[in-house]
Amino acid sequence: MGFIEKIGQYMLFLNRVFSKPERGRVFFSQIIKEIYKLGVNSVGIVVIISVFMGAVISLQTAYNLINPLLPDYLVGYTTRESMILEFSSTIVGLILAGKVGSNIASEIGSMRVTEQIDALEIMGINSASYLIFPKIIAAVFINPFLYVLSVFVGITGGLLASSMTKVVSIPDYLYGVQIDFIPYYITYSLIKTLVFAFIITSVPSFYGYFVSGGALEVGKASTKAVVNSSILILLANLILTQILLK
Amino acid sequence: MIELKKVNKSFGDLNVLQDISIHFEAGKTNLIIGQSGSGKTVLLKSIIGLHEIDDGHIFYDDREFTNMDFNEKKLIRKEMGMVFQGGALFDSLTVEENVRFPLDMFSEMSEDEKRERVSFCLDRVDIKKADKLYPAEISGGMQKRVAIARAIALNPRYLFCDEPNSGLDPVTAILIDKLIQEITKEFNMTTIINTHDMNSVMEIGEKILFINKGLKAWEGCSDEIFDTENQSLNNFVFASNLFKKIKKKL
Repeated sequence: MGFIEKIGQYMLFLNRVFSKPERGRVFFSQIIKEIYKLGVNSVGIVVIISVFMGAVISLQTAYNLINPLLPDYLVGYTTRESMILEFSSTIVGLILAGKVGSNIASEIGSMRVTEQIDALEIMGINSASYLIFPKIIAAVFINPFLYVLSVFVGITGGLLASSMTKVVSIPDYLYGVQIDFIPYYITYSLIKTLVFAFIITSVPSFYGYFVSGGALEVGKASTKAVVNSSILILLANLILTQILLK
Repeated sequence: MIELKKVNKSFGDLNVLQDISIHFEAGKTNLIIGQSGSGKTVLLKSIIGLHEIDDGHIFYDDREFTNMDFNEKKLIRKEMGMVFQGGALFDSLTVEENVRFPLDMFSEMSEDEKRERVSFCLDRVDIKKADKLYPAEISGGMQKRVAIARAIALNPRYLFCDEPNSGLDPVTAILIDKLIQEITKEFNMTTIINTHDMNSVMEIGEKILFINKGLKAWEGCSDEIFDTENQSLNNFVFASNLFKKIKKKL
């Protein structure tokens, strides 16, 4: 299937996904389940990655500040800016594309090959909307919270690493964290997080939904889903940065 | 009643179904039989609308299904129940939740009524003790029973079964066949079963459509099979030594 045809198929697929849910109450309970599955279950990995990223950024900055004219508080400042602008949105987005994306593609792909999706269709249910719409809503809702958590934990990780290694004092670090704060950067990153959340859920769902064959094809679809959603995240990151920080 | 008129379906250059016409009656177990690759699964999926046919007409009690839009088809689909080859039970739901699922989606029943209906359906297929288990925790035969219970939950007018006894031992297979036949009569449903199991054909085949290479090759009932002159059907039915011996004795 050609690239253009694939995009057309994806658009038609999204058209099916964004249709009126069959039952409001069932739809709402699906969203709650997905928030738990996609969001709450990802808190652990987001915390671990963020604390280490924050720690490494602060140490790398400290070890590169060899000029005595550069103030120590730059360590806190750099950690905050890196976490807010890029790491907590893009890197966490890429990690979630791997974790959540492969999970979604294999879940929906397995449902396809075991005829569970056909069973939904036979019942008169729009399977794309029933299965995927709640995932997209859930991720778009919960991922900004994961972003905020990541920023907070990352900055704390930087504080712990720099204070334990004594490369910078705690007051200097905290001063750096607070200096020259531009609130718009949070808005910019939250917009990116929302777009990434959409990519992380819709692209793997697309690959899983159109699987045909057996377990081998489900595995291949899962891999394709992760690779393509990661590429799309990087592309969207570039485009959004150019548009929003111009 | 389900009626097919000159149904054609192809995939690329491959004509899978050619001019299939037949009338499936209500209250009877209608069987589609044929060798693997003969087109019977494509025919069943075309009847239920999972495949769009290229040409021809499909009628559900005089309502033409082929020309309906998505929402009109949806109404007919709510009158359908389907038992898939592998059961197609939802892995994340328990047996009870699987049977309850169509009620949650489409019925206006109260919680008590739903509980009662689920209990009735599970009772009817004799699997009530497993109601709290997940599909992965029950046997293949039990999964088929749950699939039947889910299919009849909304009291459908049409029941479709794709190889309902494949992968089951002969005793369980016959039990499943008999259960489908009983339910068909009890609720006066139009039931279409896709199978290549000769035991099913002999046990419950009240009306049989034999498909060979995408063409309707024979139509009749189980009693007429032994006397047929149709060579391709003879080759299919009497492929096993057991049936050859039975024919000789008759």
